Amino acid sequence: MPAHEFTLEDLKRILREGAGADEGVDLDGDILDTDFGSLGYESLALLETGGRIEREFGITLDDETLTDAATPRSLLEAVNALLVPAEVG
Amino acid sequence: MSATGVRAAVTGLGVVAPNGLGTETYWTATRKGISGIGRITRFVPDQYPAQLAGEIDGFDAAEHLPGRLLPQTDRMTQLALVAADWAFQDAAVRPEDLPGFEMGVITASSSGGFAFGQRELQALWSKGSRYVSAYQSFAWFYAVNSGQISIRNGMRGPSGVVVSDQAGGLDAIAQARRQLRKGTRLVMAGAVDASICPWGWVAQMASNRLSVGRDPERAYLPFDDAAAGHVPGEGGALLVMEDLEQARARGARIYGEVAGYGATLDPRPGSGRPPGLRKAVELALADAGASPGDIDVVFADAAALPDLDRIETETITAVFGARAVPVTAPKTMTGRLYSGAAPLDLAAAFLAMRDEVIPPSVGVTPSPGHDLDLVVDRERPAPVRSALVLARGHGGFNSAAVVRAV
Repeated sequence: MPAHEFTLEDLKRILREGAGADEGVDLDGDILDTDFGSLGYESLALLETGGRIEREFGITLDDETLTDAATPRSLLEAVNALLVPAEVG
Repeated sequence: MSATGVRAAVTGLGVVAPNGLGTETYWTATRKGISGIGRITRFVPDQYPAQLAGEIDGFDAAEHLPGRLLPQTDRMTQLALVAADWAFQDAAVRPEDLPGFEMGVITASSSGGFAFGQRELQALWSKGSRYVSAYQSFAWFYAVNSGQISIRNGMRGPSGVVVSDQAGGLDAIAQARRQLRKGTRLVMAGAVDASICPWGWVAQMASNRLSVGRDPERAYLPFDDAAAGHVPGEGGALLVMEDLEQARARGARIYGEVAGYGATLDPRPGSGRPPGLRKAVELALADAGASPGDIDVVFADAAALPDLDRIETETITAVFGARAVPVTAPKTMTGRLYSGAAPLDLAAAFLAMRDEVIPPSVGVTPSPGHDLDLVVDRERPAPVRSALVLARGHGGFNSAAVVRAV
């Protein structure tokens, strides 16, 4: 088990706190595979979001992690990969 | 008249002022002499010598702007975006209906987004660089109001920012007129400044020009023997400016035109040469093809410092004659708004033309040493066809603009 997990709820909270939310987008809908651009977030919003994830979860994200993660699902996977401790055995 | 024949019409006003949010609210209060100056509420001012400001009350940015814009904007930008929206509505222009490259944005700024910047700098030194907002990269910046207005309204034409303290408010209008003459169809021009936060406050205090008065009615007294500095305020105005002929062709309501402009820089202290304000006025009158007798009212810079007031009085009496033209300073009701002051005075000048009334200066007992016809305490009914607006910036900037009915 990871020490803690980065969930979609965490991501939505951090997006709202750091970058706000587009009135035309329902973040509580099925957004896992929707492009961040379609959700109203440009690169600077993702930079701010990445900084907040790093602070809160005590990790360091590569620049590529943010630029390559086109959707919430891919960002969740990338962050959780850093949170999972090394497998034993 | 310009060499190219293009005349710069003003067709929309958006006002955010300490004594009124929205053009008509501001104008009603201003005509009645209602001041927006009071003790600072934005932070606890007890430890500062200057404790009064013209604060805008009751502005909730979330009521007016999309959620995505709120975390990335300082208060001055939120106010400017709303003022721009109101100016477009007033002009009956929907920016989405016009080609983006035919619309520009030219604002002035004196300090940038200080409250935003203070918060992020505090995060930097108390917690570290990882705690600084990515939006600090532009939210503090002088040009940010132009940039955000441009993005929000799809305005991709010639745009920029002018930084010359209080004079910048007129310099931006003049730059907008240049762009109209070069063929841009519409320019959103003017300024909104807001830096009533501890960091902004100590920066203003460094000028040694702030009033330390405690009585809101007796703290900012230009042309008064008790003049002892100004009260800072926040806010300003944005103006929709268009080529007059195109504005007429679309049937726009036209407030008037920006007919003349002049700008000078004071000589270095001790040079023995005269200050530059008079020359700026003469340049503006000449540019407008106007004689002093054509001007129905002067909106004064109103520094409320004895030397600067004396220079302004000498300028006005030298150009117009003693008590030969009504002079007013409605900024006694808002405090000095830095870059925002002159665009707000321009708005007041156009409304004075519309309603045939000169708004008052409040609280001032004109000094016998100032041979001015100062309009004090009550509005004065008078036909206004043409007005002169003066604005001086710290560091020797002098700007003057002539506006008139068309």
